[in-house]
Amino acid sequence: MFDFISFIPRAVVQGIPLLLGSTGETLTEKSGNLNLGIPGIMYVGAISGVIGSFFYEQSPNFRPLPAILIPLGCCLLGSLLMGLLYCFLTVTLRANQNVTGLALTTFGVGFGNFFGGSLIKLSGSSLPSVILSATSNAFRTTLPAAEKAGVFGKLVLSYGFLAYIAVIIALAAAYVLNHTRVGLHLRAVGENPNTADAAGINVSKYKYVATCTGSMIAGLGGLYYVMDYASGVWTNDAFGDRGWLAIALVIFTVWRPNVGVLASFLFGGLYILHMYIPSGMNLAVKELYKMLPYVVTIIVLVLSSLRNKRENQPPASLGLAYFREER
Amino acid sequence: MNNKTRTPLFHVSKRGLLPWYKTWGIRAVALLLALVSCGVITSLVTGQNPFQVYAAIFNGSFGSPRKIWVLLQNIAMLLCVSLAVTPAFRMRCWNLGAEGQALIGGLAAAACMILLADKMPNWAVIACMCLASIAAGAIWAGIPAFFKARWNTNETLFTLMMNYVATQLVAYYCVVWESPKGSGTIGVINPNTEIGWFPQIGSYKYLLNILIVAAVCLAMYIYLNYSKHGYEITVVGESERTARYVGIKVDRVIIRTMLLSGAVCGLTGLLLVGSTNHTLTTTIVDGRGFTAVMVSWLAKFNPIWMILTSFLIVFLGRGSGEIATKFGLNRSFGDILTGLILFFIIGSEFFINYQIHFRKPGGKEG
Repeated sequence: MFDFISFIPRAVVQGIPLLLGSTGETLTEKSGNLNLGIPGIMYVGAISGVIGSFFYEQSPNFRPLPAILIPLGCCLLGSLLMGLLYCFLTVTLRANQNVTGLALTTFGVGFGNFFGGSLIKLSGSSLPSVILSATSNAFRTTLPAAEKAGVFGKLVLSYGFLAYIAVIIALAAAYVLNHTRVGLHLRAVGENPNTADAAGINVSKYKYVATCTGSMIAGLGGLYYVMDYASGVWTNDAFGDRGWLAIALVIFTVWRPNVGVLASFLFGGLYILHMYIPSGMNLAVKELYKMLPYVVTIIVLVLSSLRNKRENQPPASLGLAYFREER
Repeated sequence: MNNKTRTPLFHVSKRGLLPWYKTWGIRAVALLLALVSCGVITSLVTGQNPFQVYAAIFNGSFGSPRKIWVLLQNIAMLLCVSLAVTPAFRMRCWNLGAEGQALIGGLAAAACMILLADKMPNWAVIACMCLASIAAGAIWAGIPAFFKARWNTNETLFTLMMNYVATQLVAYYCVVWESPKGSGTIGVINPNTEIGWFPQIGSYKYLLNILIVAAVCLAMYIYLNYSKHGYEITVVGESERTARYVGIKVDRVIIRTMLLSGAVCGLTGLLLVGSTNHTLTTTIVDGRGFTAVMVSWLAKFNPIWMILTSFLIVFLGRGSGEIATKFGLNRSFGDILTGLILFFIIGSEFFINYQIHFRKPGGKEG
């Protein structure tokens, strides 16, 4: 019998980093920037938080509130800087977005692993990882009611606060995109910056703000992964290809963050499905199961282009730099 | 002065075509700045004098004959992937799936080596490998191309996803063909019989690869610049509508070009498996599919300049690897430096394509 009660919470915690990453990337893409640097940014967000909490944990009077706020601040700052760098290169200097994004990923993953490695050395641990259990406990604090509420508590209340924030951010992003003037302007910038510019919208400002906000949200995904999912254990390369999966999720949700909430849990489930499928000794089949999220994404991509509904298409100017004097 | 119309501090306009020595001058300045900042950062981190750092970078590539061969081999492999993605890029079709296409090519080659080893003579196995991996790469690129041409599916995202499908497929076969049992890796294929191993030229293990890639490079240059196909690719890249107007069948060009792109990626996989490593892992392409995007773009999609840009990337990568080992840093330091250098070069393109006009001091702009 398939054990849903233990499967769903694990799928959810797998899904939360993807949800944050994809919400961030959706905002970014809505402004017409295809930020392929998201995997790097999530690494930087994670390691910035780890650096912050690593030094705070060494201070003598450890309290939970700053233990949460310091990594959170560091993470937001780190990913903001990455977002600014991307914007400066692609919006101000109008560089190619694919190239910049890939360079950002190279840099970010290197940055994460380098400082991760350095911290491991500093901590003098014999294991190849940094362990921040005190901070992680602060992040993983759940409502006291969670354990009493039985199955409901396990399925809905058993997560750290960042998970709920992730859902709120996604829903808020969906609201802003579809129901506010700012969202309308942002979509206009992503669809046709020339028209938006003519209508008096400051294209560069929208691109900057959307991309930087998106980066910060994505960075939180990295932080959640380390502090909550991995129980405060940073190991180099442990984050893996989740950043690319977040980009896949953006396509899967056809650029809708509110759909992303459930879709990310589905992706999380697909990501760990191979652990729950009884395949006996046949390890090879498990590798095929790991392919599922990507195959599903491809199918959605193809179907949405087949149906050719206008509201399901990528933003029209996605990946193109905007230069006012070029018509 | 109380002007009603405020002139901004500066405005940006598009530049005409610069002579080649100026464009490469700007890039050289950017590279120089990048190297200086890398040196400064490395010195700050390690406390070494920057010149020692540069000596280490140089030493990483040219320290010994073996290192030079490894350098050349890495350049050849990176160049081959970069050549592969170039025709697609010229068409403004962002093939980010080179990683997966090369991997699937490698998988096909390994499959031939493993499954046909006892059934055919060596030369026939090698022939099968060549056909299979080039076809596999082409098919892997052809799938997104078909959807792009037919229904305008976004090829950037499609090819990106195909990478991971390929990776998992290879992971699957790595377990299926594992040897020894339980290791989860394939290990060296046919270590005793050496069936399917490409012949070595003299005592130089990598020479064959380098020669093949050099030939591909030249062929690609001619194909892109002096053939009808190459011209069609350029026209489609500049303007699809123009292409349609002059009677070029755009979807056919897209599919044909992507097939070519995938085929050359498959060739890279073939060389990696058949000639260099004689084994297959999920990381055998080593991110080259992504680095190739940058190499190709830096060279402005010109196959000959690509030799230079891939040299640059490999040189820096190996150099920063050397720094990392020499000064006891972790290997990822190299990635940071490579990323940093790329940012400088990417940024410098702005000064090649655009011009900044500052407001003339004390007067209205003319």
